[in-house]
Amino acid sequence: MRTVDLAATPLRELNAALHRLTLETNETRWRVLNPRGAHAVAVGLDAPVRVEIEGHVGYYCAGMNKHADVVINGNAGQGVAENMMSGRVHVIGDVSQAAGATGCGGLLVVDGNASARCGISMKGIDIVVKGSVGHMSAFMAQAGNLVVLGDAGEALGDSIYEARLYVRGSVKGLGADCIEKPLREEHKKDLRRLLEAAKLGGKVDVAEFKRYGSARGLYHFHIDNLGSY
Amino acid sequence: MSDPKDGDRWIHTPPRKSATFDDAAIAEIRRAAATGIYDIRGAGTKRKLPHLDDLLFIGASISRYPLEGYREKCATDVTLGARFARQPITLKIPITIAGMSFGSLSAQAKEALGRGASAVGTSTTTGDGGMTAEERGHSSLLVYQVLPSRYGMNPDDLRKADAIEVVVGQGAKPGGGGMLLGQKISKRVAAMRTLPEGIDQRSACRHPDWTGPDDLEIKIHELREITDWQKPIYVKVGASRPYYDTALAVKAGADVVVLDGMQGGTAATQEVFIEHVGIPTLAAIRPAVKALQELGMHRKVQLIVSGGIRNGADVAKCLALGADAVSIGTAALVALGDNDPNLEDEYRKLGTTAGAYDDWHEGRDPAGITTQDPLLAARLDPVLAGKRLANYLSVLTLEAQTIARACGKSHVHNLEPEDLVALTIEAAAMAGVPLAGTDWIPGRGGY
Amino acid sequence: MCGIVGLFLKDKALEPELGGLVAGMLATMCDRGPDSAGFAVYGAGKPGAVKLTLRGPSRAALEPLAQELAMVAGTPVAPVLRDTHLTIMVPAAKEQAVRDELAAIAPDVTVVGTGKRMEIFKEVGRPDTVAARFDLAHMQGTHAIGHTRMATESAVTTNGAHPFTTGADQCLVHNGSLSNHNAVRRTLVREGLRFETDNDSEVAAGYLTWRMREGLSLGEALDASLADLDGFYTFVVGTESGFGVLRDPVACKPAVVAETDRWVAFGTEYRALVDLPGIAAAKVWEPEPAKVYFWERS
Repeated sequence: MRTVDLAATPLRELNAALHRLTLETNETRWRVLNPRGAHAVAVGLDAPVRVEIEGHVGYYCAGMNKHADVVINGNAGQGVAENMMSGRVHVIGDVSQAAGATGCGGLLVVDGNASARCGISMKGIDIVVKGSVGHMSAFMAQAGNLVVLGDAGEALGDSIYEARLYVRGSVKGLGADCIEKPLREEHKKDLRRLLEAAKLGGKVDVAEFKRYGSARGLYHFHIDNLGSY
Repeated sequence: MSDPKDGDRWIHTPPRKSATFDDAAIAEIRRAAATGIYDIRGAGTKRKLPHLDDLLFIGASISRYPLEGYREKCATDVTLGARFARQPITLKIPITIAGMSFGSLSAQAKEALGRGASAVGTSTTTGDGGMTAEERGHSSLLVYQVLPSRYGMNPDDLRKADAIEVVVGQGAKPGGGGMLLGQKISKRVAAMRTLPEGIDQRSACRHPDWTGPDDLEIKIHELREITDWQKPIYVKVGASRPYYDTALAVKAGADVVVLDGMQGGTAATQEVFIEHVGIPTLAAIRPAVKALQELGMHRKVQLIVSGGIRNGADVAKCLALGADAVSIGTAALVALGDNDPNLEDEYRKLGTTAGAYDDWHEGRDPAGITTQDPLLAARLDPVLAGKRLANYLSVLTLEAQTIARACGKSHVHNLEPEDLVALTIEAAAMAGVPLAGTDWIPGRGGY
Repeated sequence: MCGIVGLFLKDKALEPELGGLVAGMLATMCDRGPDSAGFAVYGAGKPGAVKLTLRGPSRAALEPLAQELAMVAGTPVAPVLRDTHLTIMVPAAKEQAVRDELAAIAPDVTVVGTGKRMEIFKEVGRPDTVAARFDLAHMQGTHAIGHTRMATESAVTTNGAHPFTTGADQCLVHNGSLSNHNAVRRTLVREGLRFETDNDSEVAAGYLTWRMREGLSLGEALDASLADLDGFYTFVVGTESGFGVLRDPVACKPAVVAETDRWVAFGTEYRALVDLPGIAAAKVWEPEPAKVYFWERS
């Protein structure tokens, strides 16, 4: 276990050390102390290691993550796990806006709440939020799954493409071209898989969720849809 | 028209068209009424604007001495990114290839751009679709764009790039996102952008995970951390408020500012955007340079100017006004073969003519450049087209050197505003140089 | 674009430390606002008296003023001189006379703020330097708001620095960029307000002043601003009894609030709050868009 105390070590050294790890590294467990809201902690990781961060982080923690398993024992500022490619990011507290933004793969789990624009422009990432998500979540979401155990704010899935949204609580409002869709057996199976991956297997009844997705009305421009633009 | 005969009860004046409701305006109204959709096209502003042509160099005479061509060197190299990057980029010529996406251009066109640029020692730039293997393979220096859409964005390509360009906007559509019609979302493009094939692509106008220069600063810091501070980071803006935008890009931590005037091209956007939003390249340069000078950052943060650069005189004028380099987009495509007069019959079939073809979003380019159609794209031989681009870039460089030598400069960067005069009052005011033959710079000295 | 900090003390025992805590918060926001800084501190008042914060071109220009203004005030004015700012305390009834005298004898000295308890300080320069010049670290009080500025479209001048005062004991700081401030300014000028800069934030402050002059409470004025002001903003306003927060409906500009039983704090980034006592156990959350929040002493 390598421990790095950001009160004593510059962030540059931590990230540089993490970037030097190869796929075959045996330095697979790292602990980061005293992040104190710092930005860009553990960004650009590219190795199958586990990084545990003790405390609140600022923006873009675990940005562009590949392969790594990052745990944030605190809250995360905006853009946590932005553009993640693979691996796993688990935030034990709350996350600020744009969580998982443009993520292409991997799994982001938030134990607390997410604020605005959760999963904005997501491109294949799976996001599971145990609390609620704020307004404009899944805006222009292209692919991947967003699972929300709590509520969703205004304009959920505005301009959505092919991502799938599952919300157990209430939805304050749906965005342009986002509609409720039937929750069929294949979706329940997917939901179980996602909840299992988020270590909620068996704890939540998938039948309590509603599914939301694209009406595909904006896929080809028609002047009658002008109000949606 | 013969004169009215005696006895005619009604005498009409000859028909007279309106300058306001001219043929183009009437045609556009009719088109809008028929289709119910705004006009979308590629390229940049087409109407006449104050431009670099309205400036002239004052060459050597009795008080200034020229340099001999060929023997007495006029250097053209430029280094970009020394402010923060561990590995700044050095270009042999101060002309780069602007960002254009694979998706708007064919793979062959991207390869040709890479070949041509590499042959003369300069860089190409990816576009709103990500990095292709062809471009990375054939470009010795490749700048990777980070756009609001983040299509194709990934850390591997970020690390493979030689520089990173955060795109806030572009000259054709500052403030625009917009919509691209489905024809060009081919299978390969769809896969790279994670979109269904053949649909209309809606584009975001703001970045998803930051808004404002204070948060851009934090985003740039993240990109540096991911790439271990190796690579120069550029910030690109469409010319709008160049003085403030340049200052803010510097404060946000940019190594290089890329400023794209309204003549800058696009793959596709609304015609009203192209023609009516943004300011001319000529009007944008001095305010940007002024911002750099006031911050003590001129030449420390480099300025790359684009939007309507066509010849070596344009290059030299931008440098004289204070830019460190220029970037070309439309001109590069023309060099490859876009709007080739030899294809006139095909342009006619598309309802247009060589030199006017701009419906690039339809993907039916006879030259095989702005298309994903495999048969059309195969018409472009990347090796030959790359050679044409290299030729053109060499001519731009030679022309700029010729002018610089005539002004007595041993390096093109030693060109300065005082080497220029203006032909019109607008150009004099915008460029901050006197009207030819006078001392007058409008706006200075209170009048 | 900018950084905002705010600190409201619930525990009186922390009042002597207010300045030190706020100075630390301000320092972390230097990077996102390197051009200028300002802060408003709500310290001790005196019944029947009004505090004025004056800003002059130099210390020397301010030094002789205290005596001259005391003659008009009819009583010593308890002057405190900090770099380019001078705070004086005058009987409320004499405030106008003192202002008139000031305008007559020192036209290049401006009144940056007035109130029973509010003092405002602002200058061009790096925020940590600015704070040191005014010795913020040793100021005391019940609450304070502060601002670090990265100028977007107006000049980097002291006048352009925040906070902008909107009335006695009231001031505003802003992070974001308004898009219709020029039109709003013209309306407010017709209503009799005066502006010294091209700054969008000054317009927001003027808008609130105007609304309150027309009879709205501060909370109602902030609610009204949601319809009348266009653009992106996080506003933090200071009043005699506390401070308020409002984010625009799109809410792209960040905002973090932390609360313990000893204080409530606001920061543009969580980083600004890390050195507050008890932060580890604080409740940390983000204000919702388009909702006015207020914390005050009862």
